[in-house]
Amino acid sequence: MTTVAVTPADLDAAAASDVSLRRFLHGLPGVDQVGAEARAGMLATRSIKRGAKLWALDMALRMTDLTTLEGADTPGKVRALCSKAMRPDAVDPEVPSVAAVCVYPDLVPTAVESLAGSGVRVASVATSFPSGRASRAVRLADVAEAVSAGAHEVDMVIDRGAFLAGRYAQVLSDVVAVKEQCGNAHLKVILETGELRTLDNVRRAAWLSMVGGADFIKTSTGKVAPASTPAVVLVMLEAVRDYAEATDSLVGVKAAGGIRTAKDAIRYLVLVNETAGQRWLTPDLFRFGASSLVNDLLMQRTKQRTGSYSGPDYFTVD
Amino acid sequence: MAEQRIPPSGSEAIGRIPPSGSEAVGRIPVAKTYKLFIGGTFPRSESGRSYAATRRNGDFLANAAQASRKDVRDAVVAARKAQPGWAAATAYNRGQVLYRVAEMMELRRPQFVGEVAAADGLDIETAVHVVDETVDRWVWYAGWADKIAQVAGSSNPVAGPYFNFTVPEPTGVVAVIAPQDSSLLGLVSVIAPAIVSGNAVVVVAAQERPLAAITLAEALATSDVPGGVVNILTGVTAELAPVLAAHMDVNAIDLAGAPGEMVPALERSAADNVKRVVRPDGTDWAASPTPDRMLALVEAKTVWHPVGI
Repeated sequence: MTTVAVTPADLDAAAASDVSLRRFLHGLPGVDQVGAEARAGMLATRSIKRGAKLWALDMALRMTDLTTLEGADTPGKVRALCSKAMRPDAVDPEVPSVAAVCVYPDLVPTAVESLAGSGVRVASVATSFPSGRASRAVRLADVAEAVSAGAHEVDMVIDRGAFLAGRYAQVLSDVVAVKEQCGNAHLKVILETGELRTLDNVRRAAWLSMVGGADFIKTSTGKVAPASTPAVVLVMLEAVRDYAEATDSLVGVKAAGGIRTAKDAIRYLVLVNETAGQRWLTPDLFRFGASSLVNDLLMQRTKQRTGSYSGPDYFTVD
Repeated sequence: MAEQRIPPSGSEAIGRIPPSGSEAVGRIPVAKTYKLFIGGTFPRSESGRSYAATRRNGDFLANAAQASRKDVRDAVVAARKAQPGWAAATAYNRGQVLYRVAEMMELRRPQFVGEVAAADGLDIETAVHVVDETVDRWVWYAGWADKIAQVAGSSNPVAGPYFNFTVPEPTGVVAVIAPQDSSLLGLVSVIAPAIVSGNAVVVVAAQERPLAAITLAEALATSDVPGGVVNILTGVTAELAPVLAAHMDVNAIDLAGAPGEMVPALERSAADNVKRVVRPDGTDWAASPTPDRMLALVEAKTVWHPVGI
């Protein structure tokens, strides 16, 4: 796969104006879509044996952002989700906690209260998630609300309309403004790859977000199909790898939407290991945004522990 | 009677019509691949294994897929997914779908006759009789779909101002170890009573006689039975049965064809999640069936309803 070689000076120069940004982003090597899909498909066939599988199941749990983003969310549901985040399997205290709970901004106080002292972080979507179609003032106010309520991580959406129309500077300044508003909170930038159409666009959006100061780049909102696909995540992992080469700063990747089975999750871990490298196999640099995935991970874990297949009756209904 | 429904004569090979003219000039026969039946599709075993199915006298017949525990897992997932929809269909509708299966089986009589004759070691005439009996038995069970509730349900007298009803409900996902000594009639005698009430089944076909089970799957796939209601695995019973018995998402297990020495261990594993167990009882598959097998795989739900509301 192509390696993008740039220097920090190139990035500074690129960020200077709309024209220079376009020149930089369109100068990135094109993605061979067929090749990317074939490579992702090939890595998906790798067989993971028992010891490694147990490790991978626990790692996937520790990387999960347990998510509820429904219009019907209530404080009660968020509290239940927080209990699950802290202790995913009620009967097995050895199961590790998940990385974070991801909710809408108005439910952040509930999550912060429930998770206090547990080490599980609170992530909040903001910037008029999922469409992002509001004025910048409104979007920034959304972020400010989440941060002041105690969110440790903020998931923003980029303006896909502006991105697709080629107004890259506008997207960049959005990211920069949100990053500033975040303060100490980690910023995850959602590319919504299902709306970007091509892997070339995914690569450009990834670089654009990283230049803007993203701590994480995230595939999708989960509200648009297709959400996270292995090929898209492969391209994003290449981008963070190359960005680390160029600048020595490590940006994380979050695969969100459509990941429901332990098998899928393990395939993503293989992808991470083979593309970005072992450094990224930590909850600080790779996350899953999911809700039903956790139950499947627990079921597979139970299978490995007891030897017999488990069923959904023995886990919470979220 | 049987003679009138006889298949094309001389169908020695399984289900094949006698050689056509073109075969005489060196036509290469197209052999059938016997695969598994999971979730309405015909996958090969996840393990990639297969084993030889033979005639009673040991001659090679065909290769059958040898299912693994992962195929069991997939089949149970498919069954669990399909079961609520099948149970929610009206009893009348389930009956009609099952009649349709009998129609499809009727069309495949020559193939069934060939397979039953070869696997069970019967002459053609007896095999024809067995296949007719099988189709008729399926029809008999289909007729039960909208009658179980009347027979197994009741309106109970209680000392209070309540109506009190008991209605039979399907148990859920039923694992079936098919009889080893009757490749088609025995198989149908355990599948039909389980699904007629709204259960979904995962069936382990007779280990040494698996071919008729897959042909039955083809009849099921071309009728209107929703994918996943019947899942058929071929392979080694001793390998698959313990996985099903221990599976926490299986609600009942019919041990009809489980080897005697395995039964205690299977019952013990089944107790882990309090599965309903139908123990092998030496049923004569050729004899007329009773409603017992159907009634063993339904649960009684009793409802209290205040009078006057």
